[in-house]
Amino acid sequence: MEATIATETNGQTWSGGNNKPLGASYGKMMMWFFILSDALTFSAFLAAYGLTRFKFIESWPIADEVFTHFPFLHGVHAPMYYVAFMTFILIFSSVTMVLAVDAGRQMKQKKVTFYMLLTIIGGLIFLGSQAWEWKNFIGGSYGAVQLNDGKIIQFVDASGHQIELEKFAIASHSERTQHTKDKGLWFVKEAALPPFSVNEVIEGFKANPDITIRTEKINAETKTKTIIPREEAMAYLNEAKVVVKGANLKVNEYGKTLFADFFFFITGFHGFHVFTGVLINIIIFFNVIIGTYQKRGHYEMVEKVGLYWHFVDLVWVFVFTFFYLV
Amino acid sequence: MAHAQEHTSHTKLIWKVFGILSVVTIVEVILGIEKPDSLHLSRVFGTSPLNIIFLVLTLVKAYYITWFFMHMADEKKNLRRAVVWTGVFLISYLATLLLIEGNYIGDVLGPLTKWNY
Repeated sequence: MEATIATETNGQTWSGGNNKPLGASYGKMMMWFFILSDALTFSAFLAAYGLTRFKFIESWPIADEVFTHFPFLHGVHAPMYYVAFMTFILIFSSVTMVLAVDAGRQMKQKKVTFYMLLTIIGGLIFLGSQAWEWKNFIGGSYGAVQLNDGKIIQFVDASGHQIELEKFAIASHSERTQHTKDKGLWFVKEAALPPFSVNEVIEGFKANPDITIRTEKINAETKTKTIIPREEAMAYLNEAKVVVKGANLKVNEYGKTLFADFFFFITGFHGFHVFTGVLINIIIFFNVIIGTYQKRGHYEMVEKVGLYWHFVDLVWVFVFTFFYLV
Repeated sequence: MAHAQEHTSHTKLIWKVFGILSVVTIVEVILGIEKPDSLHLSRVFGTSPLNIIFLVLTLVKAYYITWFFMHMADEKKNLRRAVVWTGVFLISYLATLLLIEGNYIGDVLGPLTKWNY
C-alpha cells in the first residue's frame, strides 16, 4: 500500500529531520487538519439546522413541496430530480478529480490536464445549478400570506394542491407605488412590493368558492400540511398581514423563516467552498499545463487539492440528505 | 522515470466506486420521490424507517468517498484513526446533544403554539 501514498518530498517539508509523522507529507497532513476542522464547522451548521427542525418538528416545511423546479419544465411538479442532477455533477467531478490524481501518480501530464479540466467544468456546472436553485427559491412558486403572528398560510385548490396567487387574486387599482429614492426620501429604501395586496388576495379568495387554505402544521398521521375547511378559512385570513412571494432572510412563502435562513447559509457556505475549490483547481490546472509538477517530479499538489475537492463533495452528500431527503 | 512505474493505475477501482455511489444516490432519489407509506409513516427509533435508510446510505457514500476518493485506505492506520475517529466522535456528540435539546424545546413549545383562529 506504501506505493500509493504521496511521492517523496525530498525530506525537506518537515523541518527538524527526515521523519514524516504518520507517513504523511507536511502538505497532506495540513490538508487533513483543515478538512477535519472544516467538517466540524459544517457539522455544527447542520446540527443547528437539526435542532431548529426538531424545535419546529410539527410545522417545518416539506422539502418536496419547496424544491420542485426542473429546467425547461415549467409548472411541472418535479421534486428531487434537479438536486439529484446536481449531486451527480458533483460526484462525477469527484471521479474526474481522482482520475487526475491517479494519472498524476503515473506522471502522465496530458491526462492530468484533461481530467483537471473536466473537474473544473463540473464545478462550474454545479455552481451554475446552485445559482438556478437559489433563483427559484428566492423567486418562489405559489405565493402565500403571512399572518400577524408570523405564520404562513398557503392556498390550495379543491384537490388539495397548492395554487398560485395569480390564479385567483383580483388585481385592483392600487394607490400604493414602489418607493424609490427619486420619489421620496433619498435615504429611505424599500424592499420590492409583493405582487398583490392582502385585500386583493382576500377578494380573490372570496370570489373563488373552490379554493381553501392550509396551515404550516403537519398532520402527524399523513405527514402532510393541514388543510383548513373553507368555512373556517376567513378567521385565518382576517389575521393576514402581508402577501409573501418567494423567500428572503426575513420571510418566505414556504413556512418558517429559519428554514430559508439555514438554506441560504448552509448551501451558500457550501457553494462558497465549491467556488474556492474551482479557483484552486484552476490555479493547479495552469501549473499542470506549464509543467511545474512534471519538473518537480511529483503531482502531490494535485492530490492535495483533490482532497479538498472530495471533501466538498462529501459535505454535499450530507447537505443533500438533510435538506432534501430526510 | 523508474519511479513512475511503481504506480499502477487504479482506474478500475475508481469507476467501480463511482458505480456504487451512483447506485446509492439513485436508490435515495427513488425512495425520496416515492416515499412508500410503509417506510415513511411508520416509526422506528423515534423517526421513520425511511429517514434511517437515508442516514445509513449517506454514511455508506461518505465511507466510499473518504476511503477511495480521498485515499484514506492508503494512509497509515494512525492518521486514518486520528482523522476519522475524531470527526465521528465530535460530530455524533454534537448532533446527539443538539437534537435532544431541539426535541425538548419542541415538546415544550408545541402545545403553546396556537393553530386555531
